[in-house]
Amino acid sequence: MKGIKRKITYAVLIIIGFLLESMLFPHIALASITPNLMLIITASIGFMRGKQEGMFIGFFCGLLQDVSFGKYIGLYALMYMFIGYGNGFFKRLFYDDDIKLPLALIAGSDLLYGLFTYLLLFMLNGDFRFPYYLQHIIIPEMLYTIIVTLIFYHIILRVNQKLEAEEQRSASKFV
Amino acid sequence: MKAKNQNTFSSKYWLMIMTVVCVILLVLSFVAERAEKNGSKGPLSVVADYTIVPMQNGLNKIGMWTRDFTKNFATMQEILAENETLKEGNDNLVIENNQLQQKAVELERFYELYKMDEQTADYEKVGARVIASDTSNWFTTFTINKGSNDGMRVDMNVMAGKGLVGIITHVGPTSSTVRTIIDSSNTSNNVSAMMLTTFDKCIVTGDLELINSGCISFSQMANNDNEIPVGEQVVTSNISDKYLQGLLIGTVKEITVDDNNLTRSGLIIPAVDFRQLQEVLVITTTKQDIIDKGNSETTNDKAAADEETIPDETAEPESSAE
Repeated sequence: MKGIKRKITYAVLIIIGFLLESMLFPHIALASITPNLMLIITASIGFMRGKQEGMFIGFFCGLLQDVSFGKYIGLYALMYMFIGYGNGFFKRLFYDDDIKLPLALIAGSDLLYGLFTYLLLFMLNGDFRFPYYLQHIIIPEMLYTIIVTLIFYHIILRVNQKLEAEEQRSASKFV
Repeated sequence: MKAKNQNTFSSKYWLMIMTVVCVILLVLSFVAERAEKNGSKGPLSVVADYTIVPMQNGLNKIGMWTRDFTKNFATMQEILAENETLKEGNDNLVIENNQLQQKAVELERFYELYKMDEQTADYEKVGARVIASDTSNWFTTFTINKGSNDGMRVDMNVMAGKGLVGIITHVGPTSSTVRTIIDSSNTSNNVSAMMLTTFDKCIVTGDLELINSGCISFSQMANNDNEIPVGEQVVTSNISDKYLQGLLIGTVKEITVDDNNLTRSGLIIPAVDFRQLQEVLVITTTKQDIIDKGNSETTNDKAAADEETIPDETAEPESSAE
């Protein structure tokens, strides 16, 4: 039963993120580029809560994207999962007040995500216009994601702090 | 210390398990795609159809409202300025209008011709609302709010206004995924097309690089004596196996002779504004239906002819056995 509230919160967070990204963001797209909210969620949970939780969040974020838009189920799940796991390594460097590390991690994750999407879905299909894609999709998406991070990161941080405080309170009850 | 080690071990362990799960899912979906080209995406998509899609329907309304709101605000200043100039222009237009009315009779005749030419009106269409677009920046697919419960099937052609938008690639119970003709994801997405007046065939290909300039490209058109002017309409061809004949794709923007001097290629301006898609029309007849209909007529004739020959065929082995 422990942590069930956290799980429900995560589920709600992922679903809201997905709906925002697929419904609201296309309307506010700049130069037909939308920020990657699912990646912000995955990476944030990764460095706030560690490898395992980041990994599972990534898996479900990716799976949702796979199921609704992907050609093959599992590809995005795999990518997001590794992004979540990778961000988990930075948990010990993470402090709530510092926004530089989260920004750098999310930017780096988005860059990797873009590179791997190109590698797996375009280069293996015989499409070698990497400079174009880098300039017109990968880099703009990264910049836009960083801007959106400034807003959404605080929401995720606040939710996490609240959950952590509650968990500590309920733990101390039994001591 | 020990507990810490255990912890890292278990998360590594989980990563391996989940990786295997993902790979299995990938393989399964790959196999499933090969196996059932006509079926739906499988159980997971059905689950999503009943959970995510209804929520998407609701939130899409909010999305459209916010977009309209910001748009209204931005365009108000423009409209005020425009109103001034339009008032001035009005007087000139009144004079021009008188002249044009004389040509109206002529125009009516052309309109009749145009209506005859408009073949797309023949197909039965069903309206649907676009409820979600692809979350990644790499592909241009979107979801509509009608699925197999509403009679949607894979390979149905999708239009908006008078232009071709794309084709249904996956169908769930209450939603379907549409792949647009500007999508560049794979070569099987190419559209076989032809010029409206000369019937010269060509291949229309979506391209990520061209989407931002609002164009799609065409290639492999024979370099013959037929001159194709800029502005020529491009429609789907009669030899396409997935797209119905005569659906408008767009107009030719530029055309060049390829280096091999045998073929021509160029750019097309699509008839549909893909960024503004909200409602689309799905044509409920697929090309396969038309092919099947044609085949069943010919096979009926064939069957009738076969029946006469069957007694001869069965008699033959007996005679050879003897």
